[in-house]
Amino acid sequence: MGTRPYIAASPGNNFLAMSPYTNAVPMPPIISVQQLTKTYGNGFEALKGIDLDIERGEILALLGPNGAGKTTLISIVCGIVNPTGGKVLVGGHDVVKDFRQTRSLIGLVPQELTTDQFETVWNTVSFSRGVYGKKPNPALIEKILRELSLWKKKDNMLRELSGGMKRRVLIAKALSHEPEVLFLDEPTAGVDVSLRRDMWEVVKRLREDGVTIILTTHYIEEAEEIADRVGVINGGQLLLLQEKTGLMKQFGRKQMKLELTEKLDEIPPSLAAFSLSLSEDGMSLTHEYSHEESQDSIASLLSALTAAGIHFRDLSTRQSSLEDIFVALVEEKA
Amino acid sequence: MNIEAIKSIYFFEMARMRRTLLQSVISPVITTSLYFIVFGTAIGSRIQSIEGVSYGSFITPGLIMLTLLTQCVANGSIGIYFPKFTGTIYEILSAPVAMTEILIGYVGAAASKGLIIGLIILATASFFVDIRIAHPFMMVLFLVLTAITFSLFGFIIGVWAKNFEQLNIVPMLVVPPLTFLGGSFYSIDMLPPFWQAVSHLNPVLYLVSGFRWSFYEIADVNPVISLIMIGVFLALCLSMLGWMFKTGYRLRS
Repeated sequence: MGTRPYIAASPGNNFLAMSPYTNAVPMPPIISVQQLTKTYGNGFEALKGIDLDIERGEILALLGPNGAGKTTLISIVCGIVNPTGGKVLVGGHDVVKDFRQTRSLIGLVPQELTTDQFETVWNTVSFSRGVYGKKPNPALIEKILRELSLWKKKDNMLRELSGGMKRRVLIAKALSHEPEVLFLDEPTAGVDVSLRRDMWEVVKRLREDGVTIILTTHYIEEAEEIADRVGVINGGQLLLLQEKTGLMKQFGRKQMKLELTEKLDEIPPSLAAFSLSLSEDGMSLTHEYSHEESQDSIASLLSALTAAGIHFRDLSTRQSSLEDIFVALVEEKA
Repeated sequence: MNIEAIKSIYFFEMARMRRTLLQSVISPVITTSLYFIVFGTAIGSRIQSIEGVSYGSFITPGLIMLTLLTQCVANGSIGIYFPKFTGTIYEILSAPVAMTEILIGYVGAAASKGLIIGLIILATASFFVDIRIAHPFMMVLFLVLTAITFSLFGFIIGVWAKNFEQLNIVPMLVVPPLTFLGGSFYSIDMLPPFWQAVSHLNPVLYLVSGFRWSFYEIADVNPVISLIMIGVFLALCLSMLGWMFKTGYRLRS
């Protein structure tokens, strides 16, 4: 439990060296989770000692199956649930003792579409700003509503809106008090393509403004698309936390598939050095290689093929996705 | 102190009252008018006056109390229960607001609604019967203290309740019998000694008696004791809430 599951330090894989959030002087993390545990009243251990530092301005994706502890973790950072042990600092302040400072910094978009059905969009978003202790600012609320394509619906009651529109309202509420950290808990569950696009646009804009974004998801493509770093949570533990491209490099496998012009009965001995496999019909060859293996291995394979008189009519490559990595990780630890 | 947050919660709750005007204002007024017509005018005309006060006038403070208690407990509990039920409570819990500020917002709104309705009923009553208020200041004090105390009590129920049935059990099943048996419609002097003694265990007796004293200077118990009893109940509610907020009972557990 005491060791930090932090793999980023492996050689050639230093995320700080290539990340956009690099700074000459290291900034303290915006969120620091230390030895955090949570046991619910019914004895369920939702978090078993999580350590996690979140850097200012990054987009962190927390992946994990349902019930992994993602929402509990977020709820503790946001102050909705009391921790059992350990502590959380936001902007250097303790989330329990200095809750006013920490909560003012955070905006939360919850997983469930929880809305006051009988309120109007305008009122509910203005209410959010108020409970965060900020003076009314209609110009800002208008800007947020316009950015989220909600302006036309501002006088509609929430119950009249579609699920996707409600999701937008929840985002607008979270942004109404100008947070420095935004939590998106399963933001795209049951959301259509256009909203997804819009949402990532908003996320990108916020990131340009320096907002730190933490999103949980079990749609791995999402993490792959926008995150800087990826954390994998399962069974209340952080299994892995790593810069995304490094993760892909380290765990990602590549495949090259060659469609042959003529049927091949067996792999000639001259090609035995390459990790090749022949399809059953003898019409395609598959080459597996990792990121680390240099490009020349492909070049030498191709020239060896030509030398062996094997011709191909098509070539495709495939890279294992974060999903493959994730499934492998979760199954390995389970 | 997050004044903006208190204001936001307070006005958000008051806006709900405006939206549900029919249910939250008109309906208690109609119910109370029916009581006046039935008990005050139809039956009351056959009942002799009590300590020099006509029966219709006599029951007015009790009727106001009946509505005030029911409304405060109902509004105080629904205000916090509803966001808990729909899930929107996440926002209040994750906002930089202390529980005391949340409490002031919700309980302030519930007590305000109760007071508004109480005053409307008082105005309505004056159409049916003669009302005189001997001690206006004490009358307002009793009204305000009762409204706050029972809104706090409602808030506790709202935090505690896990479903709508539990939520309604107190305003529907506990408050009315206590009010009816607390001398709202009679003076406990009219009861046999045994039932008089039992009545003294009923907290509502002290509220109704003190409140009626501020109108007509007639009371079943000493008004000072009535005030003390409200104070005790207020202190009980506050310490209960203090414990709930400290432990995060059913809100942050």
